[in-house]
Amino acid sequence: MSAELLLVQALNGLQFGVLLFLVAAGLTLVFGVMDFINLAHGVQYMLGAYFGATLAAATGSFWLGLLLALPAALAAGLALELLVFRHLYGRDHLAQVLATFGVILFLNEGVKLAWGAAPLQMPVPPLLEGGVALMPGLQYPVYRLAILAAGLATALLLWVLVDRTRAGMLVRAGATHPDIVAALGVDIRRLFLLVFAFGAMLAGFAGAMAAPVLSVEPGMGDAPLILAFVVIVIGGIGSIRGAFVASLLVGLMDTLGRAALPDLLRLFLAPSPARQAGAAIASMLVYILMAAVLAVRPAGLFPARAG
Amino acid sequence: MRERAVPLLLFAALAAAPFLGFGEGYALTLLARAMILGMAAVGLALLVGGAGLVSLGHAATLGVGAYAVVALDANGIVEGALVLPVAIGAAALFALATGAVSLRTSGVHFIMITLAFGQMAFFTASSLAAYGGDDGYTLYARTELGGTRLLEDRLVFHYACLGLLALVFLFCRAALAARFGRVLRAARENPLRVRAVGFDPYPYRLLACVIAGAIGGLSGVLLANATEFVAPSYLSWQRSGELLFMVILGGLGSLHGAILGALAYVLLEEWLSHLTEHWRMVFGPLLVLSVLFFRGGLAGLLAPRRR
Repeated sequence: MSAELLLVQALNGLQFGVLLFLVAAGLTLVFGVMDFINLAHGVQYMLGAYFGATLAAATGSFWLGLLLALPAALAAGLALELLVFRHLYGRDHLAQVLATFGVILFLNEGVKLAWGAAPLQMPVPPLLEGGVALMPGLQYPVYRLAILAAGLATALLLWVLVDRTRAGMLVRAGATHPDIVAALGVDIRRLFLLVFAFGAMLAGFAGAMAAPVLSVEPGMGDAPLILAFVVIVIGGIGSIRGAFVASLLVGLMDTLGRAALPDLLRLFLAPSPARQAGAAIASMLVYILMAAVLAVRPAGLFPARAG
Repeated sequence: MRERAVPLLLFAALAAAPFLGFGEGYALTLLARAMILGMAAVGLALLVGGAGLVSLGHAATLGVGAYAVVALDANGIVEGALVLPVAIGAAALFALATGAVSLRTSGVHFIMITLAFGQMAFFTASSLAAYGGDDGYTLYARTELGGTRLLEDRLVFHYACLGLLALVFLFCRAALAARFGRVLRAARENPLRVRAVGFDPYPYRLLACVIAGAIGGLSGVLLANATEFVAPSYLSWQRSGELLFMVILGGLGSLHGAILGALAYVLLEEWLSHLTEHWRMVFGPLLVLSVLFFRGGLAGLLAPRRR
């Protein structure tokens, strides 16, 4: 594999990583603060993509669509919290897994009913069309660079919010010592509603931004959801920093693995089995990483809750 | 009395079903499916209800069993005396290897790492190009018993499933009642005290994983035989979620609950999918509601009220 291809794949991997981070950030906070497993977080990503695509088509503007998708995703998150998730906080993880699994079934099918099973397209905005020359003779789509930049900017904003504001301080405290925060007079339920809605919006934002490069279809949130879980388990549950590092790691490993492994294996194997084995091992790579991290550091790389 | 009466009644009803209007080919196929999934659910109930280990990757053991049938079929081996031990052994070995790693973690991490192993198995299955890859593999014929095509007969297959289901059920009940089961249940309630009286829960839990895995392998063999077709979707994480739902729907407190749950699940799915193409729209909320309000499960409805 040539250096140019490696560069392109690394950029793709980083871009995938920041999208994963936007999904994982909400998930890890919800998990950390309320000890709540939300399998339905992936459908927030899917809803974001659908809202973005639909609103962009309705308003005729990508930017308006993206802008309006945010409050729509926020509203969807609030509705889910009030209707279902609120009643699951005191329950065991098993109940949470199952109930949120039910929400996935409902929303995946609901999306199919509302928008049809055929994938939607969301056009790339004219401003970000075309490619940019990274090196002589090597074009890279501007839009993908824009996703990367927007993702990094959001991560920075999130860091400022969580690390530098009062609300962020409460969230951090809530992730490590929820009982004490509650005892100090903070309405932890309201705090959680806030975190939850914000997380839903981030996932929706990721979905809407990814919509022009992916096909918007029912069930598109399932794969990012599982990868986001891998990310937060690797990074350490409740840790934003861990989620960021792990997202980029997972994004890079997954993308580079898929691109490079078949070529690497061809050094030892015949082309056809090398391609098959390479593809299989590449799709397993992040799970192997997660199993290895869990086996060595069960609390993840950056555990939020010490001791 | 009722503890025994309900499972007895259940098995009697399943035995009589072919003569009570369920003799039609399609109805029998449906019942066989329910019994096979019920078998896997009983194994999972041993793990979830007995040991308190929530596995979100149990479908992988079914997949290992089913793909063992495929691998042998592709090599021309269809004799049950060979297929069954190989498939069950492979699934048990898979459960042993994954369980040994997974059990180093607990709680949420256990759920996630079993999910990760399940996904690994899923991707392995979809990369098996020799066995159809994503498209699956159609068996030439059902597994033979002593060189005869006995299992091709619907009624024989029905009773074979029923007999094996009864065997699995009795075995798991005996295991839970024995010292092994007492240690498991005690470790679920309070691992610290179990350690204090001198038991290390780890080997007991690992054995529970292996037993559940072996049962999963057996039901995988039967599932492959029931449909005469095996695809990676057998191992999808949604299938693992469905199995968990069967266990919960039936009620965690009892093993026959898992069978009731599987029956209810398969029949409900069938009924709803006849009513509407978008049956998941109804099924999802039903799942959520049953988790929120139906804590004792079906078996809880039939059990005598305590206190």
